[in-house]
Amino acid sequence: MSASSPNQNPNQLEQIVARQRQQQQRFKTGVNISYGVLLLALAFLFSGLEFNIGPIAITTISLDFVFIRERIGFIFGGVGLTIMLAILSISLACVLALLGALGRLSKFPPAYALSTFYISLIRGTPLLLQIIFFFLALPQLGIRLSGLTAGVLALGLNYGAYMTEIMRAGIQSVGIGQREAALAIGMTQSQIMRRIILPQAFRLVVPPIGNEFIAMLKDTSLISVTGFVWEILWRSQRVGRQSFRNLEALLMAALFYWIITIIFSAVQNRIEAYLGKGERNSGGMIH
Amino acid sequence: MTQSLIEIKNLHKHFGAIQAVNGVDLNIAQGEVVVIVGPSGSGKSTVLRCINHLEIPSAGAVYIDGVHLEDRRTDINKVRAEVGMVFQQFNLFAHLTVLDNITIAQRLVRKRSRGEAEEIAMRQLERVGIPEKATMYPRQLSGGQQQRVAIARSLAMNPKIMLFDEPTSALDPEMIKEVLDVMLDLARDGMTMVVVTHEMGFARAAAQRVVFMDNGQIIEVGPPDQIFINPTHERTQLFLSKIIKH
Repeated sequence: MSASSPNQNPNQLEQIVARQRQQQQRFKTGVNISYGVLLLALAFLFSGLEFNIGPIAITTISLDFVFIRERIGFIFGGVGLTIMLAILSISLACVLALLGALGRLSKFPPAYALSTFYISLIRGTPLLLQIIFFFLALPQLGIRLSGLTAGVLALGLNYGAYMTEIMRAGIQSVGIGQREAALAIGMTQSQIMRRIILPQAFRLVVPPIGNEFIAMLKDTSLISVTGFVWEILWRSQRVGRQSFRNLEALLMAALFYWIITIIFSAVQNRIEAYLGKGERNSGGMIH
Repeated sequence: MTQSLIEIKNLHKHFGAIQAVNGVDLNIAQGEVVVIVGPSGSGKSTVLRCINHLEIPSAGAVYIDGVHLEDRRTDINKVRAEVGMVFQQFNLFAHLTVLDNITIAQRLVRKRSRGEAEEIAMRQLERVGIPEKATMYPRQLSGGQQQRVAIARSLAMNPKIMLFDEPTSALDPEMIKEVLDVMLDLARDGMTMVVVTHEMGFARAAAQRVVFMDNGQIIEVGPPDQIFINPTHERTQLFLSKIIKH
């Protein structure tokens, strides 16, 4: 480092770097301490303690821990289904988004029209309505779907419409030169799409699709309105209503969603860092 | 003269209101090297891009080996496989290694086996002087190396014609020579080449004819020495005085 900047006194430079690192470290520590305080405050809020500070009576929320201990396992049992619903729905959404993006970019009028019509229809109606529609309205036409199937179809269709833009942007971000080079060498349109454009677009759409997946994890809870889908929210509402312990039941559900989200966000950050690192590393090798 | 390998007849191309090419006629024989020069916006790149149908002419016709490109019955991909093209910005496939860049079209278009395609790819990489870069990715190479890979990628298809669209314009000065050397070598081997470039040294060493274009038209055609030393047309003289002075 000192060799590359001969004008800098090496000691001075080291000091500056050390000071910067120290500042960053101090900030990190501060943030972590604050997290701790916030968590303690939250724990205190639900501690059930009652006491007086001078003339002021302090009352905190008291939870039924017996109920929690008995039912937490049941609610936790929905975590797997919640994750599975999100994976199924995001898979369907990815396929629809890819088709939607191809249609959106197509020069064939019916394909373009179909794609934009789909996007407009889905974005113009509420997700909750779409889920209920698949579950309650389709039987009138003789199509009976389980709550789970209706939910996955509705979530997939809905997210697919929103993710069309992500896919379109990914495809369009691949430079025109890549296409021209492939055309010039005799490749067909579909070969170019599959072998040249999509593999390069993929890299760019992975991080935003990760974000969609994390949002999807929580939107799976909407499927609970169809009943008998044993995911987190449905389970918590069931036990909450049975025992009039909705506060405890919903807090447990919230906690599980929160933990799942934190875990998947961390995974998402890893993936993003990995993809980003690949770019930077190889970029640095240009001579 | 026998039938020309490339025949361009009364070619017109406009982009909206802009007339990029305005009535170009040009025949190029098998084994001929033709250099097209002219000021920017003169339509030289557009003419070149019409030769492999990357641009669709507004009027006129292009024939490759007697095949009419604008005919709807023509399988354009088949023609393009016979016409290699090298771009100013290299346009290597960024997600593929050098080797895969050179084998992908061989396998998909020429239907060669992986082994055969890789053998041909390595031969072409040796020809352009960088066989040791086979496993690298394009962004790990210098501009000159990337352009040589792009040439190898085209040559691996065994084209009848090679088109070069300002192949050295995006290169640092010290890398221009390595690319021009490969092109010169190719010209000596008898490849039919159409080259848009301002490299007069290359034109004088390799070209049989130099075409000077301005405002979408061919102003003057002749052997390099005639065009560069004794241009007859005023516009050619003006253009040359500009690029030689600076």
